[in-house]
Amino acid sequence: MLTIRNLNKSYAGTRGGGVLRDVNLELARGEYVAIMGESGVGKSTLLNMIAGLDLPDSGGITLDDTAITTLDDTARTLLRRDRMGFVFQAFHLLPHLTVAQNVALPLALIGAAPALRAKRAGEILEAVGIAALARSYPRELSGGEMQLAAIARALVHRPQLLLADEPTGNLDAVSARHVLDLLRDQVKHNASAGILVTHSAAAAATADRVCVLTAGGLRALPQS
Amino acid sequence: MRSAVLPGIFQAVSGNALRDNPGRLVLALLGIALGVALGLAMHLVNTSALNEFNLAVRSLSGEADLVIRGPRGGFDETVYPRIARLPQVRAASPAIEIEAQLAGRKDALTITGIDPLRAAQVQPELLAGPENRITDLFDPDVLFLSHTAAAWLGLKVGDKLRVNVGTSSVELKIAGLLSPGAYRQRLAVMDIASAQWRLQQLGRINRIDVRLRPGSDAQAVQRELAQWLPAGVHATTPDAESGRSTGMSRAYRLNLDMLALVALFTGAFLVFSTQVLATLRRRTHFAMLRAIGLTRPALTCLLLGEGALIGALGSTLGVALGYALAGVVLEKFGTDLGAGYFRALAPVLHADARTLAAFWLLGIAFAIAGTAIPAVEAGRRAPALALKAGDEEQGLKNWRTAWPGMVMVSGGLVLTQAPAVSGLPLFGYAAVALILLGAVLLMPWLAAAVLRRLPALRYPPAMLAIAQLQATPRQAAICIAAVVTSFSLTVAMLIMVGSFRQSLDAWLTTMLPADLYLRAARAGETGFLTPEQQARIASAPGIGHAEFLRSRNLLLDPVRPPVTLLARPIDAASARSILPLLGPELAPHADEPPAAWISEVAGELFGFKPGDRISLPLDGQQHVFTVAGIWRDYARQNGAIVIDRALYMRITGDGLANDAALRLAEGATPDRVAQALLARLGSPDGIEIATTGKIRDASLSTFDRTFAVTYALEIIAVLIGLFGVSASFGAQALARRREFGMLRHIGITRFEIGIMLGCEGMLVSSLGIACGLAIGWLVSLVLIHVINRQSFHWSMNMDVPWLPLVALAVLLITAASATAVWSGRRAMSGDVVGAVREDW
Repeated sequence: MLTIRNLNKSYAGTRGGGVLRDVNLELARGEYVAIMGESGVGKSTLLNMIAGLDLPDSGGITLDDTAITTLDDTARTLLRRDRMGFVFQAFHLLPHLTVAQNVALPLALIGAAPALRAKRAGEILEAVGIAALARSYPRELSGGEMQLAAIARALVHRPQLLLADEPTGNLDAVSARHVLDLLRDQVKHNASAGILVTHSAAAAATADRVCVLTAGGLRALPQS
Repeated sequence: MRSAVLPGIFQAVSGNALRDNPGRLVLALLGIALGVALGLAMHLVNTSALNEFNLAVRSLSGEADLVIRGPRGGFDETVYPRIARLPQVRAASPAIEIEAQLAGRKDALTITGIDPLRAAQVQPELLAGPENRITDLFDPDVLFLSHTAAAWLGLKVGDKLRVNVGTSSVELKIAGLLSPGAYRQRLAVMDIASAQWRLQQLGRINRIDVRLRPGSDAQAVQRELAQWLPAGVHATTPDAESGRSTGMSRAYRLNLDMLALVALFTGAFLVFSTQVLATLRRRTHFAMLRAIGLTRPALTCLLLGEGALIGALGSTLGVALGYALAGVVLEKFGTDLGAGYFRALAPVLHADARTLAAFWLLGIAFAIAGTAIPAVEAGRRAPALALKAGDEEQGLKNWRTAWPGMVMVSGGLVLTQAPAVSGLPLFGYAAVALILLGAVLLMPWLAAAVLRRLPALRYPPAMLAIAQLQATPRQAAICIAAVVTSFSLTVAMLIMVGSFRQSLDAWLTTMLPADLYLRAARAGETGFLTPEQQARIASAPGIGHAEFLRSRNLLLDPVRPPVTLLARPIDAASARSILPLLGPELAPHADEPPAAWISEVAGELFGFKPGDRISLPLDGQQHVFTVAGIWRDYARQNGAIVIDRALYMRITGDGLANDAALRLAEGATPDRVAQALLARLGSPDGIEIATTGKIRDASLSTFDRTFAVTYALEIIAVLIGLFGVSASFGAQALARRREFGMLRHIGITRFEIGIMLGCEGMLVSSLGIACGLAIGWLVSLVLIHVINRQSFHWSMNMDVPWLPLVALAVLLITAASATAVWSGRRAMSGDVVGAVREDW
């Protein structure tokens, strides 16, 4: 479903310039991959290019039949809106919207009717286990609850590709375990694909396979 | 917290924050700088004018202890020997002061006729020029010019100067120049006998400067003189003389000072809004500092220091700008910004260090005041709460402003009912300040109430914009208040100036019913039409009907400026069609004193009302009249009284006239009649003939010039308001970078984020403008019915200039929306996608 071919990118990292060299990746529907690597090696840059938020210097990224790297910014944004879901380390819920409104936001963006939005938001909140918090505001939630809400937002429009960037970085061990299980379950349940960027070997272990990003490229770790 | 540590923390927190946000710093600096610059410039222009005016009055009075002052038309010169012979009088110097119209120019020059020998005893400076000999003045056709007048006229010693007298001109030779140090005003001095003769004032003087013997009681002499001086002639002190003259412009000067103060207030508000938003944006930094041990007072001091620094920098810039602006204004517009109070002065810009320091400190004080509330609030906020996302609005919720706002607005409305204080509308200004401050304080409540009622829209960018505003009404209120502050002032000024202009236009229509108007002189007091010339005008071909008007000055009260007496054909039956009468009118019975119609300015200044008996000094005698009505007059700021000309001529024997109102015969054209009249009068210099349309255009053009300064201030107020919007949206957009980053991640395009911000800008500015219109209308009522009335004593009809207001509102909403979008684009110009990785 997702194909990355010979991707190259030089970029400004936190400790000077960095480079992604000859990155290749194939991801099938229903597959869940973890990408690990040292800080500053370009994991988030790779994720941004997959999402169409950044463009490579060379190489291509294809989602189904769509060559993401050939699209203009608006087309890439609309592709992301329709077919991708994002989970961040810092949750990024809009503080002035309720949990339900935050979760329903991607549906509003694709023009879903209010009734459908409410129904789907309710379902996904039920699925992630925080339906009781639907009318709460983010400031009233714990970190774990906020991340569950963020996952619900990423999944509510049933994206083909789920991208998670250090989703458990701010969570305690119990909450982290719950979130990781949930992400995996949802990818499998929706028959979508998922990429998990993480530093944590324990988190990476929840994926179907693990790849390590280094200066030399992306290489798969042998499955244990 | 040891005090020695604070500078280091200040450098680390405030210094870096200001350096990292130059836009915020520049906006706050500009707000204070503009306010200080305007305030200082107005103050310097006003004080320069007053210094020069007082110097001029003092220099003319010389060492006099008393000034005997009569109507401008003069009084009998036989009063002088009686004064001179009084035992308390050491020396007396008679004078006649005349505003003489300069031939070939539209200006007048003050010519003072003096007795050189007497003047040397009372005004020794007058003829102190090294190259001047007193005897030079005895030549009948010579005068001495002040250096300023010589430079203004482009003349030198030996040149000739022509002035109009009646409808002919007189040529005078410049025999010398007055001492430059003592006389900086435009002035000419002649021998009194020559002046009386050449300026046709034989037997008349209008001033006697008196020097008393040592030990004499000036007040006792004043009381004694009051017993026998002719009606309309008063003894006063040079100080009172100076005060009377400067009092004429006092209200105008105060108005300018208040406008400048409003600019400073608006600047302080800009500092307030930028500081509030900057404080909100850095709340987590402050919480962290509090968490690691910075005390609450130290944090408050840190932020107050930040305000003081902004104030000091802004004030320094403002003082420099203000000084330069005052110089430009004095050079280009004169001391009264074209209002005509100090026409003959050539002031020198003078600023003492104390004044500059006072304005510098005032700017700092306003900046600190603008910072005080957010500084105290930042200190109060619990660190644990401030570290949470969305705490900005929670922090602002602690500000309970609705009730104080209502109390202030109500207090302001109550103050509108208070009378003037020493002729100044101080309570009126306090009312405006309270209404504006109250409105600002009401904004959070009003914003929450209105925004709560906005419908939920389906279009995501609009939905997000509304949700953002509904969740953060207090933050929106800061921006709304910036718009309200600037726009309400602009609205108030527009309505006031528009109403005044409309009322002036209507007044001109009533006052100018004839087809053609003839004036004996464009300026000054020396032009007149003789009875023979009047007859020739009335019988000229093309003239259907001619009415002549005589105007004189009457000194009713020595502590007030003279009023203008207008003698024209009028009776009780025709009064309403001739004068724009206000309120009831009376027709005096045959056994009652004859009718006089009082302008509302004179009515308010002297407390006259219809039915009152008033005493007018005509030709040295008091004559009683019945006030038959009050009329609106915008032409004479010190008041005017109209009486029937036939009666005036019977009392005074004065058959001269200054103006003629001419109705044309059927078929006659104004241009041809004007040419025929000039030919018939021998093409005299100084006579001016104009159609009603031309006079109306000239009057409205003068009005527009006078109010040009208010338009400039309106533009500045609007710009400051837009600065406020920009600062507000800029700060919020920067604070929302992570939100924008997240929205980009979940599929919102840059264009849609732009629309979202545009919607926010439009909603906020629309609300601000709607409130600004309402508050501006309220303030305009205070300006028109309280401040203007108490300052200038004339009324006007309310006339809202809807078209300019709507155009300005649309322009401002568009500009504010564009500013919001621009702020968002700036915030998104960097790595907004990467902002999602920043800490909350």
